[in-house]
Amino acid sequence: MLDNIKEFASEFFVTGDPLIYGADASIVLATIGIVFVLTYFKKWGWLWRNWITTVDHKKIGIMYILAAMLMLFRGGVDAVMMRTQLAFPDLNFLEPEHYNQIFTTHGVVMIFFMAMPLMFGLFNIIVPLQIGARDVAFPFLNSLSFWLFFAGAMLFNLSFVIGGSPDAGWLAYPPLSGAEFNPGVGQNFYIWGIQISGIGSLASGINFLVTILKMRAPGMTMMKLPMFTWSVFAASTTIIFAFPILTITLLLLFLDRFFGAHFFTLDGGGNPMMYINLIWMWGHPEVYIVVLPAFGVFSETVATFARKRLFGYASMVFAMVIISIISFFTWAHHFFTMGSGANVNSFFAISTMIIAIPTGVKIFNWLFTMYKGRITFPTPMMWTIAFIPAFVVGGMTGVMLSVAPADFQFHNSYFLIAHFHQVLIGGTVFGYFAGLYYWWPKMFGFKLNEYLGKWAFWFWNIGFYVCFMPQYLVGLDGMTRRISVFSNPDWIGLNIVSTIGAYLMGIAFLFQVAQIGYSIFRHEKDTTGDIWDGRTLEWSTPSPAPEYNFAVIPQVHSRDEWWEEKERRRRGEKPWQLGPIEPIHMPKNSAIPAIMSACWFVLGFGLVFHWLWMAIPGLIGVFICMFARSFSAHKAEYYIPVEEIERTEAKLRGGSV
Amino acid sequence: MAQSPAHGTDHHDHHAAGHHDPQDLKLLGFWMFLVTDVIMFGTLFATFMVLRGNTDGSITGAEVLEMNGIIISTFLLLTSSFTSGVAVLAMNQNKVKQMIIWLVITGLLGAAFLGLEVTEFIHLVHEGATLQTSAYWSAFFTLVGTHGVHVAVGLFWMIAIIIQIVRRGLNSDTRGKVTVFSLYWHFLDAVWIFLLSIVYLMEVM
Amino acid sequence: MADHNNTHNSHGGERHEHGSIKSYIIGYIISIVLTIIPLVVVLNDMMGRTATIAVIMVTAALQFLVQLIFFMHVRDGEQPRWNLITLVFGILVLLTVVIGSIWIMGNNQIGTRM
Repeated sequence: MLDNIKEFASEFFVTGDPLIYGADASIVLATIGIVFVLTYFKKWGWLWRNWITTVDHKKIGIMYILAAMLMLFRGGVDAVMMRTQLAFPDLNFLEPEHYNQIFTTHGVVMIFFMAMPLMFGLFNIIVPLQIGARDVAFPFLNSLSFWLFFAGAMLFNLSFVIGGSPDAGWLAYPPLSGAEFNPGVGQNFYIWGIQISGIGSLASGINFLVTILKMRAPGMTMMKLPMFTWSVFAASTTIIFAFPILTITLLLLFLDRFFGAHFFTLDGGGNPMMYINLIWMWGHPEVYIVVLPAFGVFSETVATFARKRLFGYASMVFAMVIISIISFFTWAHHFFTMGSGANVNSFFAISTMIIAIPTGVKIFNWLFTMYKGRITFPTPMMWTIAFIPAFVVGGMTGVMLSVAPADFQFHNSYFLIAHFHQVLIGGTVFGYFAGLYYWWPKMFGFKLNEYLGKWAFWFWNIGFYVCFMPQYLVGLDGMTRRISVFSNPDWIGLNIVSTIGAYLMGIAFLFQVAQIGYSIFRHEKDTTGDIWDGRTLEWSTPSPAPEYNFAVIPQVHSRDEWWEEKERRRRGEKPWQLGPIEPIHMPKNSAIPAIMSACWFVLGFGLVFHWLWMAIPGLIGVFICMFARSFSAHKAEYYIPVEEIERTEAKLRGGSV
Repeated sequence: MAQSPAHGTDHHDHHAAGHHDPQDLKLLGFWMFLVTDVIMFGTLFATFMVLRGNTDGSITGAEVLEMNGIIISTFLLLTSSFTSGVAVLAMNQNKVKQMIIWLVITGLLGAAFLGLEVTEFIHLVHEGATLQTSAYWSAFFTLVGTHGVHVAVGLFWMIAIIIQIVRRGLNSDTRGKVTVFSLYWHFLDAVWIFLLSIVYLMEVM
Repeated sequence: MADHNNTHNSHGGERHEHGSIKSYIIGYIISIVLTIIPLVVVLNDMMGRTATIAVIMVTAALQFLVQLIFFMHVRDGEQPRWNLITLVFGILVLLTVVIGSIWIMGNNQIGTRM
């Protein structure tokens, strides 16, 4: 009996690596710490009522961002470990198997569990405020999306200490990810972690599309939408068309692994290349999904800090929409070397080059917005400025990669690694940082410390170029991705420099943590609600905005409505004619999203270990939650009475509405 | 919302203050969900069409697929799509009883369709065609089975809606549910047409 | 708008009131005819391979349209018809997935009987 338990535990828990024992210990300690703090300060009820069951888009957004920051830390540690291993030739810091797991989890965590939630966090906090709405179209579904993401992320991260991490790369190409060559549970964690959070992403895409199409303030036509909201629209459109492909592709891989189907196996007539074809049909739009909202952020910050209208609004909208459409026609450039023939490769090479054009249009629009503006340089604007050269260089190397014959040289070399990190960090991460600094006061009512923020900024930027510029060169010298050791003497110098860059970015992250920690204790409260002298409706609300966002929904007349309103007031004209305050219709909190996601987690965990006794109750739980919701949804709403709104407004605005 | 205590206030001003019709939102949201489902089925169809030749030297569809049952199930599902539409018509005329009867007929037709599908699968397994036989059969069972799962989920959903209507009667909330359900059911029929055409007819021709 | 318990449903009525029994019956009959045509063609081997495929696909596409118009009422509803726009883009992506996969994988066939 005891031996059985021992044997089970040695397979169930990941053993044998001191790094992982360290992680085990810190996870246990952190959990005990959290439980202790919550119990000691009697915060369980607060956590349950104010956060876990909340359907308030602003709180859900904050939870997304918090989770994304934790995942940024985890993915960042993975990155630093990889660069440490590759700093010098023939190092033995990480075993090859461990190295494989780390590059896999680094990619998965950064895309699915860092970039996506950070993006949804910004969507949640800003979109309803920008369009003058009181919440998203489906607040319950919004909460469910978050908890599904959370369940998926936890399931995936559990693989680190239980069962073993996936190790077949971030897109898990078969046959390497198939049952034959990867019999462990790691790839099952991959499939279900991503599948569960992917369902949440799909639901969020629908939610934000309907919100933007149907919930805009009166007078706000589509061509008066703030540019960030347009970017959310474009990204959400791309999500609802791309994520179903991912769902099915992962399902097919699961059927191969779990039931012995033959979609992507080498025997039984399967075709592993079909997986590569399908996964990139989702994968290419995915990179545009994460970068489009960053474009939206830059459009807001550039206009605000240059104190000018955004240049070329219509062309900007057109470029966003075109990018999201063309992104569905370029996927094969990820596998030019598959051998699909000259006709296929030419088509996809040309479509890839075409997508550079709308992106270029946007860059010029931002530059022309700044031209002759009275620019100030707080941290959000610094990130915006830093983005432009980073993204231009990254985009240019992308065009180089799109040349199919040349790609046979670049393919899977460090040149490619440098390229996509440059666009993903220089575009997406810089963009989300800009957004985070820009909207932080709206979320919490105070600005982040600028001094520490500037240190973080310079460490990030210098580290970024020091890390990735050498990788272009070492890639052209022939170093391929996913190797855990090298001994070629020509690559030594460049690899050392690259590793130094990675550490600089690690230090930059520590500065950001310090910045947030410091600012929480030392800050000046923002009482205006409009700390940057902003242009769009979110700045017309108090910071942080009350749960109902707008006591009275404003009537919109122009693109930068809040700026125009302030101009009208400066000129001494009549301010907004807001109607009388009325009872506000609000959704009630619900525990179902968190419980249903827990059931999904149980289902996923059971399927990972082939434990049907666990998976089936999980599935039944999911259906029970759906029925419970269907039967109770009509009771899940209430009204905030006028007196309470007036009290809240008086408190937030010091008496004047 | 109709149950809310604060509900007695003037409706027109709510509308002016950006009060959105929840049924309108749900209908559009559900359309978008259906479109994502279209793409899911599209991906399965693409996989089936790419792998349809990959029988790995074993049994082919043309050898074992029986068209009689398929033709019957086609007309069953087509008729149930029609009856679910008639149920919506009855609802619009506030004929609750008629509506429930038409919904029940729709459900019985759907259940018969599912029964035929299960019979077909059992027949195929007896002939030696399973999910593990070859890429062709993996794609076949996954595509047809996914549609079948959709029909089964639809049946449970319909039962839940009928219970709610019996309990609470017709109101804007339950009306919305029936409307959305009938959309879903028509959609499943539309998907089946392509299954019939691409999976069955093109295989046996 | 908030007048939900009321059965006469004056405002929401327009939204639900699309379609009549006549349009459903017409749709049903056309669907049956469009189902029978390819069945007859295929089961009796009436045409060559290409022509048969063409008949199957054309009747399927027409029947899809019939379902959309007579059963799902895509033409109804207020402007702009976001549901229709979404559907059109969805079908564009669907065709890309299907045709693109066949085109690309046609160059990479392994284990096929053809």
